Amino acid sequence: MPKPLEAVNDFVVKFANVNGSGSASANGLFAKSVLRMGVPASSRNIFPSNIQGLPTWYEVRISEGGHLGRRGGVDMMVAMNPETWDEDIAEIEPGGYLLYDSTKPLPKSKFREDIFVIGAPLTAICNRAYDDPRQRQLFKNIVYLGVLSALLDMDVAAIEELIGEQFRGKDTLIKPNVHALHLGRDWAQTELACPIGLRLERRDKVGERIFVTGNDAAALGAVYGGATVCAWYPITPSSSLAEAFASHCRRYRRDAETKKSRYAIIQAEDELASIGMVIGAGWNGARAFTATSGPGISLMQEFIGLAYFAEIPAVIFDIQRGSPSTGMPTRTQQADILSAAYASHGDTKHVLLFPQDPNEAFTFAADALDLADRLQTPVFVMLDLDIGMNEWLVEPLSWDPDRKYDRGKVMNYEMLEAGAEFGRYLDVDSDGIPYRTLPGTHPTRGAFFTRGTTKDEYARYTEEGRPYVANMQRLLRKFETAKRYAPRPVKREAREPTRFGAIYFGSTTLAMEEALETLETRGIHLDTLRIRSFPFHDEVFDFVASHERLFVVEQNRDSQMRSLLTIEGEVDPARLVPILHYDGTPITARFIVKAVADMLAVVTLAPLKKALP
Amino acid sequence: MTYIVKPRLHHPKLPINALGYTHRDYEGSISTLCAGCGHDSISAAIIQSCFELALPPHRIAKLSGIGCSSKTPTYFLGQSHGFNSVHGRMPSVLTGANLANRDLIYLGVSGDGDSASIGLGQFAHCIRRGVDMVYIVENNGVYGLTKGQFSATADKGSKARRGAVNTDSPIDLVAMALQLGASFVARSFSGDKMQLVPLIKAAIQHKGAAFIDVISPCVAFNNNPESTKSFDYVRAHNDAVNQLDFMVAREAITADYAPGTLETVVQHDGSMLRLRKLAPDYDPRDRVSAMTYLQQRHAAGEVVTGLLFVEEDHGDLHEFLDTVEAPLNALGENELCPGQEALDRYNAAHR
Repeated sequence: MPKPLEAVNDFVVKFANVNGSGSASANGLFAKSVLRMGVPASSRNIFPSNIQGLPTWYEVRISEGGHLGRRGGVDMMVAMNPETWDEDIAEIEPGGYLLYDSTKPLPKSKFREDIFVIGAPLTAICNRAYDDPRQRQLFKNIVYLGVLSALLDMDVAAIEELIGEQFRGKDTLIKPNVHALHLGRDWAQTELACPIGLRLERRDKVGERIFVTGNDAAALGAVYGGATVCAWYPITPSSSLAEAFASHCRRYRRDAETKKSRYAIIQAEDELASIGMVIGAGWNGARAFTATSGPGISLMQEFIGLAYFAEIPAVIFDIQRGSPSTGMPTRTQQADILSAAYASHGDTKHVLLFPQDPNEAFTFAADALDLADRLQTPVFVMLDLDIGMNEWLVEPLSWDPDRKYDRGKVMNYEMLEAGAEFGRYLDVDSDGIPYRTLPGTHPTRGAFFTRGTTKDEYARYTEEGRPYVANMQRLLRKFETAKRYAPRPVKREAREPTRFGAIYFGSTTLAMEEALETLETRGIHLDTLRIRSFPFHDEVFDFVASHERLFVVEQNRDSQMRSLLTIEGEVDPARLVPILHYDGTPITARFIVKAVADMLAVVTLAPLKKALP
Repeated sequence: MTYIVKPRLHHPKLPINALGYTHRDYEGSISTLCAGCGHDSISAAIIQSCFELALPPHRIAKLSGIGCSSKTPTYFLGQSHGFNSVHGRMPSVLTGANLANRDLIYLGVSGDGDSASIGLGQFAHCIRRGVDMVYIVENNGVYGLTKGQFSATADKGSKARRGAVNTDSPIDLVAMALQLGASFVARSFSGDKMQLVPLIKAAIQHKGAAFIDVISPCVAFNNNPESTKSFDYVRAHNDAVNQLDFMVAREAITADYAPGTLETVVQHDGSMLRLRKLAPDYDPRDRVSAMTYLQQRHAAGEVVTGLLFVEEDHGDLHEFLDTVEAPLNALGENELCPGQEALDRYNAAHR
């Protein structure tokens, strides 16, 4: 029997539940209570493509040290789903704890010898306390939270406070929930040895940070960035972004006097229509966006190409998920990198932004609207399910009060009236970005016809080769210009000089940072570069050039970012070592540590062998 | 091939409208369609309508999909912004454009392949939403640019020039528009400018989704005797329910009409539609009986034309969304950005 795990404010609790059983609210309450105790935490919802009945998990990482990515492994499992019992039990660390409903006895073979089993007769407690079957089910979740609060020595006042806030306005629900909490807590304190080795202690380490999902923050960024038109089609995991935009708009975008809306949201008939509306609105000078996921990007391909060639601003939030149809779609991946970067037919490439968390999702959402207008092109904000749908503990959102929207090169009535030369596709100052006019601007000047590629610099119809080539070259110059405006990569140097580097992006950041710390304790030092946008800045290739071997860490099977680096930078692929996590769950620090260590063992072995005769 | 610029010179005595514009100010570049194409007559009707209504050309946005019909916006309203979008997707682009600026006039031009085949979904949904627009389908039952394949509006049994027989049932876009809630539905014939011009003018003045199906024979691929979309067939089977004399407000009715033969419709902007009834019992305000009448006449092989349905106060998408009066594309930071204080409150609510 191993020693029981002992930790204060640094462990992983995982809840295994049945979808639709009302567990989400109790589990969320647990994570938020930890935060209320001043201890940093993050949560990850691993859910099925289903409304009721299939297994769902909720994993809470508690880390006083501030490691909020997924660590890997589980220290305390709250196993409430018989269907996934075996795999849930298997996931517990040796010396870890299992909390389960012991109302019905289970054979010894269903448990492990090397974990600490804590049975609480949750069903029996609820059946005694409630007559209504629905209440018995719902309050069971709060009862296990009560048990857990005793086991982990949680501050019950923090939980009660949150229950009060959660049911504000529905005050009759507060008392019964607090009662249920104490049913569990009192039972545990009487019947069990509390607390166990894992404990929570009040700290003041959360500070000003906020607990939000990336979709909510990105939607708010779209509000702040001045988006007025949103067209979308429901698809997991992006729907909550459009819905959050609607809810933020109801709050912030109603005219104070008339109550009329300063926004228009259309739930379109499909993704083709969504992007079409966004392009129509962008063409006509409104800031517009859509939110979708991989399958939606596939459907939008033709339109995205048209927007690229016709040079129309559009913002596309791609909340990446796994594969088409059902199943993996409720799991996270970074698997749309290539399909977004080169979306559509013909020679196209697009600006991509890679926010690392909800805070950056907010910032990049607003930035993307500026970038799209400045560059007159579609801009992708590459979120994923992990950032989009999970609540993250991040720095509070902030907005520069002096910030003005960058509407880019729009020729207005005064300029046209003053006789400025207007050529819709004319590169007047060699940055590749032409001026555009909006419909309705001037009675006799500035009108033009928007088409694909059959045009000259003055938007006149032509199918000749020379103007086509010239236009394609100008689009390349414009893509180069994009680097001036897109967020630059973030570089971090290892504590000791090293030949090895690592490149990562997006939601991998937190797990990566923790992995780097762990690796350092093992004497493995890596310089790192976090890519924040495509096209790649020169720093990216300088970084590649200055390291012998680089790990490219990403959450897809085909090392798509690595491919993009080799294509765009003509980098020798052999120097870029892929580290790939794509089982649908967010990448963990332990996974990265193991992969890097294993790879380095192989990589560093080679010169040794060479040294031998 | 480079596009052909028309000379801007014109006869000094050309008539001018209330804005001081001549007919020529509403023209576009020279058409590259086949000589005799019905679509060119529709372009001419659009030009005449806009001239007669004295619309500032730059306040009109013309949008189309792909196909022969969708090429036509180049050939009219040269001072208007135009958008040749992708095949079958004009309605979504028009919807987005309309959301961005409710103050312009939106003219969507499409064909039967563009709207009834590849674009049936977008056609249906933009009508359902009540987008304020004029949606014209130049309907010839055939794909012209790809050389003569049937489209989804071709009648069953219709024979192509090269002898192929269409075995699929046709889609009647007028019937669909009625069912989907369009508040202005008309059908006309490219060969009948007298009928078409007032319909276009009324559709432009109409607030909401105005749909006009214009049978427009394809002289290259579908004007043979066995086609139901040929000039001869449509002329022989044209069943006009009424003749519309479009009038602007304040114009007095001078002519005398027999009782029960004249109907006046006052549109949202005060303009009046004077309908001379040709089918005595036809009521263009009754959606259900309009649908029945269409089905009955279609079964008899007739092509029903005229103003088939109008609902004056149906409203449009902006009304349904309750958007502000100012165009959304004219709003700036002050109207759109909630500022740091609101953000502080948001932060506080998420701790």
